[in-house]
This record gives sequence, structure tokens and C-alpha cells, in this order.
Amino acid sequence: MADNRRGIRSIAGSLVLAVVGRVMRIIDIPLRGLQKVAGQTGMASFFLLPNMAVFTVFILIPFVINFVYSMTGGTQIFLDQRRFVGLQQYSEIFSCSDYLDPNSCLQDGFWTAVGNTASFVVIQVTLMILVSLITAVILNREIIGRGFWRAVFFFPVLLSPVVTGLIWRWILERQGLLNFILYELFGAEQFNWLTERTTAFAATIGVSIWAHMGFYTLILLAGLQAIPRDLYEAAQMDGTSRSRIFWRITLPLLMPNLVVVLVLALIRAVQVFDEVFVLTHGGPGTSTMYLIQYIYEMGFASELKNPGLAAAASILMGAVLVVLTLMQMAASRRNEKKRES
Amino acid sequence: MATVWQFITRRRGGEGWHWTDVATWVWLIGGLLIMFGPAVWLTLSSFKSPAALSKFPPTILPYVTQEVRVEGFDKPLPLYEVTLPDGTMARLAEKRRVGIIAQMIDPKSPETVHKININDRKPVDMVEFATSNYTEPFLQFDFLRYLWNSVFVTVMATIITLVINSMAAFALSKYKFRGQNLILIIIVGTLMVPLGVIMVPLYSVVSALGLFNNLWGVILPTVATPTGVFLLRQYMLTIPDELIDAARMDKASEWQIYWRIVLPLAAPALAVLAIFSVVWRWNDFLWPLIVLSRSSLYTLQVGLNVYAGQLNVQWQYILAMTVVTMIPVILVFVFLQKFIARGIATTGLK
Amino acid sequence: MGRITLEKITKSFGAVKVLQSIDLDIRDGEFVVFVGPSGCGKSTLLRQIAGLDKPTSGDICIDGKLVTDVPAADRGLAMVFQSYALYPHMSVKQNLAFGLENARMPKIEIERRIAEAARMLEIGDYLDRRPGQLSGGQRQRVAIGRAIVRNPTAFLLDEPLSNLDAELRISMRAELSALHKRLQTTMIYVTHDQIEAMTLANRIVVLRKGRIEQVGTPLELYNTPANRFVAGFIGAPSMNFLSGSIVAAGGEGTTVTVLGEETLTLPRKADDDMTEQAITVGVRPQHIRLAGPDEPGIGAKVDLVEGLGSETVVHARVSTGERLLAVLAGQHALASGEEIRLTFDAKDLHLFDKDGSRLSGT
Ligand SMILES: Nc1ncnc2c1ncn2[C@@H]1O[C@H](COP(=O)(O)OP(=O)(O)OP(=O)(O)O)[C@@H](O)[C@H]1O
Ligand SMILES: [Mg+2]
Repeated sequence: MADNRRGIRSIAGSLVLAVVGRVMRIIDIPLRGLQKVAGQTGMASFFLLPNMAVFTVFILIPFVINFVYSMTGGTQIFLDQRRFVGLQQYSEIFSCSDYLDPNSCLQDGFWTAVGNTASFVVIQVTLMILVSLITAVILNREIIGRGFWRAVFFFPVLLSPVVTGLIWRWILERQGLLNFILYELFGAEQFNWLTERTTAFAATIGVSIWAHMGFYTLILLAGLQAIPRDLYEAAQMDGTSRSRIFWRITLPLLMPNLVVVLVLALIRAVQVFDEVFVLTHGGPGTSTMYLIQYIYEMGFASELKNPGLAAAASILMGAVLVVLTLMQMAASRRNEKKRES
Repeated sequence: MATVWQFITRRRGGEGWHWTDVATWVWLIGGLLIMFGPAVWLTLSSFKSPAALSKFPPTILPYVTQEVRVEGFDKPLPLYEVTLPDGTMARLAEKRRVGIIAQMIDPKSPETVHKININDRKPVDMVEFATSNYTEPFLQFDFLRYLWNSVFVTVMATIITLVINSMAAFALSKYKFRGQNLILIIIVGTLMVPLGVIMVPLYSVVSALGLFNNLWGVILPTVATPTGVFLLRQYMLTIPDELIDAARMDKASEWQIYWRIVLPLAAPALAVLAIFSVVWRWNDFLWPLIVLSRSSLYTLQVGLNVYAGQLNVQWQYILAMTVVTMIPVILVFVFLQKFIARGIATTGLK
Repeated sequence: MGRITLEKITKSFGAVKVLQSIDLDIRDGEFVVFVGPSGCGKSTLLRQIAGLDKPTSGDICIDGKLVTDVPAADRGLAMVFQSYALYPHMSVKQNLAFGLENARMPKIEIERRIAEAARMLEIGDYLDRRPGQLSGGQRQRVAIGRAIVRNPTAFLLDEPLSNLDAELRISMRAELSALHKRLQTTMIYVTHDQIEAMTLANRIVVLRKGRIEQVGTPLELYNTPANRFVAGFIGAPSMNFLSGSIVAAGGEGTTVTVLGEETLTLPRKADDDMTEQAITVGVRPQHIRLAGPDEPGIGAKVDLVEGLGSETVVHARVSTGERLLAVLAGQHALASGEEIRLTFDAKDLHLFDKDGSRLSGT
């Protein structure tokens, strides 16, 4: 039976290979001609071409025209139909009567989103690092079924943000599981978690940690496993206490990975959108409206749509991301150097 | 019992339990519940009828009220466990309900009508999986379309990604030409340009190309992933150059070197990229949301979001379709979890 | 036919000149060995011939046809690589067939050639295995087989034996030699092992820092090395170099003193009159013997004695402090610290001027 199946699979496999092989051989005919003309090294350009073309059209050009875009006004999407307004979008963003109060700004929506994102980033990243660090340290212990436990925490990482958002919406609903559990345990009243400002905000943080902590845990776990066992053994021989081992050996040696994880988490948190959007749609009101959603609504969705303003906002966000990425590169370079020496 | 407990709590080296051991297991079990619980709850809920869904407190398994056919009635009547005024119990079907008083009849002798306070009765429940939650959306709504769109986008984007990324990686790893470093720097540089930063101008580019409301408008911007090129290039650098030289001596054309030598040897890296690409594209949400406004073009993610965003959310269908959307990812998880975990740990990709 | 001519080949990587004006004429059917220290440019030169790299300047002709701009695939050459470079994802058979399929050869012919090569190299038993499942020696044979089936105008081999253990290397060396006799195809063989060079070559090309130091048959190089470098490189252990000077040159030969201690007259006469000039005198360890009681000789102090049974290797130091190595036939009871006197025949001496070139005429 198993043999039979393998037989079928290998037949199917060789059939596919034969077809692919035939196609490739046909492609080869004109390409041999091209190679005669272009030469060996000239073929490098041919291999680069498709990727670079797509890359240029869909990443490089948008990246460059984003700057131009941010200096135009109106609601049209095509650049040639748009009115050049110089730095007006930026000056609008930055015109506030009181720089400490987002509501006093002309574009208060932007500053509300910035404020929301900032609080989100600070709280979410702190908790995220804490939770993943604890989980990684625990998974690094000699526990039964370590592979299984690692998989447990990794599971939500692969789920789509929409699924994640819906799963949690269903749990936080009025007649959802959370209310049920609280009712069973404490007889608590049913509560609308997602329509209350603070609880909705907390929910976005909790859900995004739930969804992504497995990723950071894995990176930290890899870092922990790279710490030589004999260091621990030596410390144990000296009778060092467990907490001392953690603070004096584990944590310092893990520091480079922690820095990388920190910056990665920051970069991702600044761009929070998908699962949170599905969960709360930015509500109630604008209390969970984060930057990307603001750009999205400004650019495409809302009635007040102003793509130029959205572009300007996205450039400001990009600047923050570039700074963070440079920090990450510096951190990983320092790691590499340390590893080499 | 004591021995079992001893066995469970016995530790290597005969040490006793440290408080960290307790904390470890509390954390792990709690983690198990929190990580898997929600998805399990969602799946269980997806089999409930709308009535069961709106009930509080909810039940774990999908219960429906049992019904009976009674002579003289067109529709089946719901069955209740009733405490009669004389204190005896009986199973009666509900004929009509007025306020808090229900008119109930015994299915075997439908002539006598009992007037019962609704607080004195309990519905007779039975477990029934509402599979119609799954079949209906496919028949009535466009979910089959959405599913097809998602599959199309995922498969196409992954194939194109693998082909053009591997070609570029081949050029960048096995040839020496002017401008090579510049291209590499640009590629690494754009690793830090996420979609969120360029979505406005990208939208105008995609519209200008006539790809708005077109699945290719979803596919193409994602396929030239700098990450993929970078990953494959790093791997191809480990393929010895002498193999390429040998193939050149063997009269292979450069294209043949690419697909007969380099591609097969880069298979492990291609597999990693393929898996990541499938998961990425299947899960993509923001960009399809922007590009696709016609409902017949929605991908599963967009479709789900739209249905879930309606004022009158039909949770029974949403839940079922969420489960359907989750299935491929769960398959990937079950079969490839170790592989992906290793990929993340070594490349930092996600 | 497989005549290969190199004219003024130079190759630079950026500012680094790796090959400097190489001129060489390789005759059809010849077994030519490129030898030289690591990094001298042997592989680079071979790659220029193969067409895997383009020379910065100069021309390459195969059978009189200019091929400098012809890509590797169309030069009709086959190459065996140091790492074997077998395609790891293909079976041995597919490895052998790959080049032939690319040349669009009919299937039957491919089968025939593979069968013939398999018989010749005794690799028939593992045609269906992958390279990863073969031993080093078997891989080596497959790599050679891949070259043979192509029926090339010339074989290029880049240190093909250097990854094998000593014993296997010796037997493969003999097989390669036999193979060349049988195929009578031009072979260019790169090695840094001078014993391999001596045993295999019809002609040896000694390279150093991108230049040809000398071209000649193995015995020519051994007997009349053109300079100190070749003299030191060819022959094991290396030739000894001692300071000396020319006493008189005229009549039948050249008279030299070695270390000012022993005066000998070579049967050969230097072309130029270099009387009174300081020179370097080279003598191979095997040509040194213990001086008899009344025989002239040079004094030396023994540092170390290695008795190998059939011969005795003596590490010694002469009066000037220069080191000297002597391989004495038979067994000798010598102790370290002992003062001995050594001598040699005048005909075995090699004379080099202060630039290291052989004194012409000697
Ligand atoms: N692609 C290259 N770019 C820059 N320098 C190179 C390149 N290839 C070779 N070289 C340099 O050219 C010199 C000659 O290299 P080559 O490989 O020909 O040496 P070789 O004689 O074959 O040495 P070995 O016996 O170690 O194989 C070396 O100094 C090497 O560093
Ligand atoms: Mg070499």
C-alpha cells in the first residue's frame, strides 16, 4: 500500500519534472542565442531583469514618488492630475496651537494616531519582551516535551491577522468566552470589552502579544541555546544560586539577542494594523486608531480622504522606521563582531 | 495514587521541587490554554446554531433544542422538560407561548393543553453539529469565490516569487559585474520599506497600470521580495563555484546552469521561501483590502473582514469561514512547524 | 589534435598581476605539468586555457585557431577539478551524461561512451549512486570519467589528486599515466607536488609569481635547473646552497672553492669570465658523501642524524653557519655534535650567480 502510494507519487513527480524539463529546454533555445550575443556575464543582467523590473515598478518608484506625492494636494490618485502644494501637507500636520495637546492641532486625527501608537508601542513592546523572555527561559529548561511546548507558543504566529482578530472578537463579545469565564468564577456581569476605551486598547495590546510572542520567543530561545552549557555547569559547581545565574550569566549573554528582539518588536509595533483593525476597527471612537490605519483611511477610505496628507504621514512614519532599522543593523553588526572575536 | 504522584514529581538527581519548577508548569499549562483555547473555542462555536450562539452562558458543545412532530401541526414543535403543578415531571411540546405562559401538549395525546409558566420548564437539548454553517456560505455567499481567489493569489505569487527571486539571487551570487554592490545595497535598503510606508503611491502605480480591482494588482507588488532574494543569495553563495565552472566546461548554457545545477542545489532554501511565501500571501490583508473593492475579487481575508464588519454580523457563518481560513495554516503548522521554527531562528524572517 | 599555444598571456585581478606574459607551446599528445608554489598562478593559467576566465591580454590558440574569445563550452576541452566538482544531485551516470546531452548527442552514443568510460575506469558498479555515496578515490575516477566521455582535444587537470590519501595518490598517479599512454591526448596537469610532476610529465613548466621560471623535461630540470628557484623546487630533499667563489675559469673547466675550504674543478666552462666573483654553489643532498681521511672536504658539525636504514639523513651546519642536509647511502654511526668532513664530486655542482641564475655554460 505504502509502496503503491510512493509509486504513484514518484510517477506524478517525474511527470511534473518531465513537463518542467521540456519547458525549460524550450526556453533554453532563445536564451542560448541571447548568450551568444550578450556573453556569459551579460546573462547576469537577464537573470536580474524580471526581479529588478518588478522591484523597480512596485517598490522603488513608489518609494521615490512618495516624496513628490506628499507635496501635492487634492483627491485624485494620479500624480499628473494633482496640484503641487509644496510643504503644505507637512506644515498642516505640524500646525498646532498647543504642542502638548493633539486636539489643538489642525490634523488632530494624525496626532491622535501618533499618540495611540506611541502608547501602544511602549506598553506592547515592554510586555512582549517580558513575556517572550520568560517563555524562552522556560522553554530552555530541561522540560518534558520541549518541542511540543515550543509549538504551543508558536502556533498563533502563523495565523492570519484576520483570523486572529475574529477569534478574539468572538471571545471578547458580550456573550463571549471571557464574560462566561468571569461569570462562572465571580458571577461578573456581561461586559462589552471592545466598546470601552481602556479595555479596547488593552485588548489590542493583549491580542497582538498573543499573536506575535511566539516569534520573539523563538529568536530568544535560539540565543539562549547558543550559550555554552559548561558556563552553567561551572556556575553550579561554584554553588551559585539560580537567580544569580540568571542575572549574572544568562541575561548578559543574551543581551545582544534581546537588543535585536527589542528593535524588531519596535519596528513591528509601530506598524501595527491588521489584527487590531479587524478586532476594533479603530474604535471605540478613535481610541485604537493607529498610524497605519490613519494612513489607510486618509489615503483610501474616509470621506475626508487626502492622499497627499497620507503620503506625508507615511514618510514621517518611514523616517522613524529607518532610524529603528539602522539601530537594528548596528546591533546585529555588533553581535557579529562579538561572535567573531 | 501516592506512587503516581511520586513518579510525576520525581526529579533528576533526586532534588526536590524548586519554586521555579512550579512556576514553569503553571506558565506552560496556562500558555497551552491561552494559545490553543481561543482557536478551539472558535472551532466549537462554529458548529452552533444561531440560537445557541446568542445564548448566555454559552455551552461548550453545540446544543439544539430537540423537536417532535405532533399530529395536526405542520412544523415540528420544540420539546421541553416540564415540572407540572402537581410536582411530577413530563416531556411536553410547546404549542404556543403567550407572555410567560406557554401552552403545552403531550405529543402522544395532543388534545389536552397544559398551561405552564416558562420558568417551570427546561428545553430538552441534544448535541448537533450545525454543518450548514459550513455549507451555506459556500452555496449562498461568495466564499467559494473568495477561497479560489486566495488560492490563486497564493499559488501565483509563490511561484513567481520563487522564479524571479531565485534568478536574481543566482545573478547576484554567481556572477561578477559592475553595479552588483549597488543593487545589493538597494535590496538590503528596501528591506526597511514596508508596505505601510509606500501604500499611497503604490496604489497610484497599480491603478495607473490598470491593476486596480485585479488579482494581479495584489500579486505583483509582493513578488519581488528583497527578503527572498537575500535569503536565496546567501544560500547560493555556499554552492561551490567549481560546480558552475564544471557545468560550463560541460557545454551547459547559463540558463541550464541555473535550472539544472543551481536550482536543485538551492532546494532547501527554496523550500523555506516557498513556505514563508505561502503563509505570507495567504494571510495578506491590508494590500488586498486596498486593491480589491469588487466583492467577486475578495480574497478570504478581505471577504471575512467585510462580512464581519457588517452591522448585522452573522456569526455562525463568520466563525465557520474563519475555521476554513485557518485550515491551511494549521496544516502548515502541523507538518512544517519544526522546519519553520528552524527557519525563523536562523534567518530572523517572519 | 590538441596543440595549445599561449602568447604573452597576462591576467590581472584589479591591480594584482597574477600572470605576467606567459609564452608556452604545448604539443599534441603531450603531458605537460604546471608546477609551482601555492598562489603562483597555476590554476589561473589553467582557467585561461579552459576559457573559464579571459586573459587581460595575450592570445590563446588551439590547433592554430585563435580561441581567446571563444567561451569555455566551445573550446572542446575537458577539465577535472581539485574538488572534483561532481554535481551532487545527479547520479554518477547523469554526471557523465550531462555534458553529452548538452552537446545534443544521440542517446545511444551517450550510452556507449558511458559504458566504455565505466569499463576503462572500473566505475560500472556504482553508476546509479550519487557522488555523496562514493569514496574519495571513486569520486576521482568519476571526475576523470566525466572528462573522458567528452572525448576532448585536451584534458585540463587542476590538482586532481590532492584530496586523496598518500597511498591512493600513488596508485591513481600510475593510472593517470597509463590513461595518457592509452588515449594519447594532450593533458595539462597542475600540481604543487614536484614528485607528481616528475613522474607524470613529458614536460614540466615551473611557475613562480606569475612567471615561467623554466620549461623542460623532468630530467632537464633536475640536471640543469635554470636558477636557484627551480633547483630548490625540483628534487627532494631540496638542494643545498653554499657560498663559494670562482678561482679560475679557463681551459677545460671552471674552478671554484666552496666555503673557501674545498677547491674543485667542474668539467664545464662558464661562458663569461667571472674570476674572483662570489657565487652560490648548489649540491643535492644525495650527492654528498663523507670525505675519506686524506680527501679534501668541508668541515661540518652534526645537528641531527636520522637513520632510515637504507640511507642516513644528516642535518649539519658548516663553518659559516649555513645549514646543510646530506643523504648518505647506507648506515653511519654519527652523533649530534660530532665534527665531520663532507665532500662531493665536481660534476654534481650547480653554480648560480648572485641573482640566482645558473652560470651559463655550466
Ligand atoms: N578571482 C580572483 N580575484 C582576485 N585574486 C585572485 C582571483 N583568483 C586568484 N587570485 C589570486 O591569484 C593568485 C594565483 O591564484 P591561483 O589560484 O592561480 O594559485 P595556484 O597556483 O593555483 O595556487 P594553489 O596551488 O594554492 O591552488 C593568488 O594570489 C590568488 O589570490
Ligand atoms: Mg590552484
